[in-house]
Amino acid sequence: MMGRAADGAIGRGQSLARTPRALLSLGVLAGLVLAAIGAPLLAPHDPFDPATLDLMNGFTAPMTHNPYTGDLFWLGADDQGRDVFSAILFGLRISLFVGMSAVALAAMLGVSLGLLAGYLGGWVDGLTMRAADVQLTFPAILVAMLIFGVAKGITPVAYRDEMAIWVLILAIGLSDWVPFARVVRGAAMVEASRDYVLAARLSGRSGPAIMLRHILPNVLSPVLVIATIGLAQAIVTEATLSFLGIGAPPTQPSLGTLIRTGQSYLFSGEWWILAFPAATLLALALAVNLLGDWLRDRLNPVLQ
Amino acid sequence: MSVGPVLSLRDVSVSVPGRGARGARALAVDRVSVDIAAGEVLGIVGESGAGKSLLASAVTGLLPPRAGLSGGEVWIAGARVDHLPEARLRRLRGRVVGTVFQDPLGALNPLMTIGAQLAETIAVHLPLSRSAARQRAAEALAEVGIPAPADRLGCYPHELSGGMRQRVGIALALCAAPALLIADEPTTALDVSVQAQILALLKRLCRDRGMAVMLITHDMGVIAETADRIAVLYAGRLVETGPVRDVLDTPCHPYTDGLVAAVPRIDGRPGRLAQIPGAMPPPGARPAGCAFHPRCALARDRCRKDPAPEVAAAGGRAACWFPCRSLPARTDP
Amino acid sequence: MLVSVPVFASADGPMTGLVRLTGVTRHFDPSPRGPGRILARPRPAPLTAVADVSLSIPEGTVYGLVGESGSGKSTLGRLVAGLLAPSSGRIEVAGRDPQGANAAAIGIQMIFQDPAASLNPRWRVGDIVTEPVAARGRVPRGLAERLLVQVGLDPADRGKFPRAFSGGQQQRIAIARALSANPRLVICDEPTSALDVSVQAQVLNLISDLRRDLGLTCLFISHDLAVIRHMADRVGVLYQGRLVEEAAAGTLFAAPRHPYTRMLLDAVPRLDGGGGRAGLRAGDIPDAVPAPTGCVFHPRCRVAVARCASERPALRAAACGRVACHLA
Repeated sequence: MMGRAADGAIGRGQSLARTPRALLSLGVLAGLVLAAIGAPLLAPHDPFDPATLDLMNGFTAPMTHNPYTGDLFWLGADDQGRDVFSAILFGLRISLFVGMSAVALAAMLGVSLGLLAGYLGGWVDGLTMRAADVQLTFPAILVAMLIFGVAKGITPVAYRDEMAIWVLILAIGLSDWVPFARVVRGAAMVEASRDYVLAARLSGRSGPAIMLRHILPNVLSPVLVIATIGLAQAIVTEATLSFLGIGAPPTQPSLGTLIRTGQSYLFSGEWWILAFPAATLLALALAVNLLGDWLRDRLNPVLQ
Repeated sequence: MSVGPVLSLRDVSVSVPGRGARGARALAVDRVSVDIAAGEVLGIVGESGAGKSLLASAVTGLLPPRAGLSGGEVWIAGARVDHLPEARLRRLRGRVVGTVFQDPLGALNPLMTIGAQLAETIAVHLPLSRSAARQRAAEALAEVGIPAPADRLGCYPHELSGGMRQRVGIALALCAAPALLIADEPTTALDVSVQAQILALLKRLCRDRGMAVMLITHDMGVIAETADRIAVLYAGRLVETGPVRDVLDTPCHPYTDGLVAAVPRIDGRPGRLAQIPGAMPPPGARPAGCAFHPRCALARDRCRKDPAPEVAAAGGRAACWFPCRSLPARTDP
Repeated sequence: MLVSVPVFASADGPMTGLVRLTGVTRHFDPSPRGPGRILARPRPAPLTAVADVSLSIPEGTVYGLVGESGSGKSTLGRLVAGLLAPSSGRIEVAGRDPQGANAAAIGIQMIFQDPAASLNPRWRVGDIVTEPVAARGRVPRGLAERLLVQVGLDPADRGKFPRAFSGGQQQRIAIARALSANPRLVICDEPTSALDVSVQAQVLNLISDLRRDLGLTCLFISHDLAVIRHMADRVGVLYQGRLVEEAAAGTLFAAPRHPYTRMLLDAVPRLDGGGGRAGLRAGDIPDAVPAPTGCVFHPRCRVAVARCASERPALRAAACGRVACHLA
């Protein structure tokens, strides 16, 4: 007898201003993105110009002047005498660029496949979803490594370093389309059965027009949530691949590459080479994740 | 039981949050007073958003979380109940007030047999052994006209048809022999032939048990067939109340008049239906004066300025400045 | 741009008309889709939503289709609109099969029960009402405004989204969209069931007026007999997918011949309190497993005889219509 629909219990999704955690995440993320964009202006040193590097600066501790050269490094210098702060700024650029591009690729692929599967149904649906199932049985990182290996194999040696970033984007993007496809397929199936789609069919709209103009705009809000959470994942995947030495090349170091360089000095006392890039990665991934959580709660029709 | 009405509402108001994030609270039910006597069916009719379901929730104390009783008194069987603590209200619900919902599936637990649900509810109210409670459950099913009731006790809700489920819902509401039954759109989800059966059942139970019944519906036909008295709600206000035949045959409030004329008749001649222009304003957007004036063909300056007075009309009451005037030719531009 | 066509109510025979259905049957397969289909054992029997329905709708008339939930009336509407394919039988609208792109070419439009669901929530009203035109080519300037005025809305509303409108206004928007296609056939599937009484009257009047002014042919589906009485020229009564009775509206409501039609009419609540009679046999379970043999209605019929359980009555001509009953 108490089973009444409690329509009044439905609270409004909380606005950004009233959730300090989400606001903080947004602030951190905005700061990191601005830092990455402004890297060439902000960085005190150019970490990629060998001419400016001085081996005498190697292993300078944070906030100390090098005893030989007298140079000051806020976050210390690495074994090559490269400024860690500048390296992080440029590494952040690479990490964010790879992460965002990979998510964009995954989203495009996943949304297209999900839309087709959900609207057309039948064998298209069966094929897409079985492919998704198969892909999910492997860890994403393994799929990325596989794609990375194959793509690298077919790239001419001369272009390998140049192409490495693009290969990385392709590998991460192709390994991460499944969540997009699954969610969009489900939402598209629901939308396709609604009367406005029947009305569009009676109006003489073609299948592609119905999919793009009617269904797509109505299935996009969950995509935003997955994309945000997927961004954190892609950044971590990129860092992992780079850490393993198969991602961004040392000439274009990402945060993962920096962590990889730093970890060999952790036990010899030069902690800053690892700690600062790792902390940056942590802050970035956490901020994006928390923002994704907030977005999900905000857009969830059940909680709204 | 006292001689007075089983249910008596005195100037009951229910407020709901206004539109927008921080809108002012608005009255969705505005100073409504009605009585229901034992053995009487009061039909509450109104369009969606008129506040009829909120009015029923105000009686049971089961208002939605963001709505609140903001004034008035609720008396059930001679006792004032509107300020009782939740624990006492819970005892009241079921024992004194039974409720039948629009969707019987929502009111029944899908994982329990209907026998178990009935026996459980009976055991809460009566000190009976398990087998005696089961016996009572079978009797309850028989009373609401379910054939072979003993065999049906083992059924799950989904195994029953819509009409049978609504009968079980009624049996469940009647377990503790309540003095007041609230039926909120009990037949809206049912086919017309099943609806006729359920309404006949409600009418019979009301007479046999001397129960007071509050029948909430948007369907004028259902009210005409079932209710003894009618209360018409518009924009949270009670605009007209009285014996059902009087009100439907000679409506005094222009809204009631328009509503009756707008219903397509199965025995009528096809032609244009009378229509009330516009739509009912939501709570918070109600005009000054009589809330109906923007849609009323009789509206004068007075109706736009001052709230309509309640006047005696056709065996009941109507809230109107110009009651019982025949409307001008009911055609729209 | 909407040309007014004078209407001549023609007394056509059953085999002429804008819409012609011949022995139309539609099954639904309830077994699981995909690989589970092979594993599901025993395979559930197909559900028959529409069984052997033949009817014809003369141009410019309103055919009312009435039935309770599960009678197959909505399925029949979608079959005529070409949104579903019949399992067997033939459907012709203006001499063509309405499926696929033909529906738009013939000019079939539909008005749905839930107006909110029939309008894309992300589209502006101006784009919604002109969609049938936009699907074919360029939308003339001012068309959206003209359509909105035609259905009694403010032309300034064209930039708003559907959620800004009440249910009745949303249904007007859906009607405006149907009109923009210059339709020949409009299928109204419970167009006012989700609306309040006063709004229902507005929408029914609007449909009547437009239908008369534009000479539209209409298939009007409803569970509400009073609404059908009000709107239809000719009425078909559907029970468990079968047409059990068909007659001119006046005849059907004045002198129903099939026991099911009579039961429905008795059960309708009336404002004078003279209806609402429960006409079923005591202890009956109304819903319905289709009767395996004989008349589909015989398990619920109060006048059924032995023959009704064994022999399926054919739909045969009766005064001003057709009826499928041994005893009528």
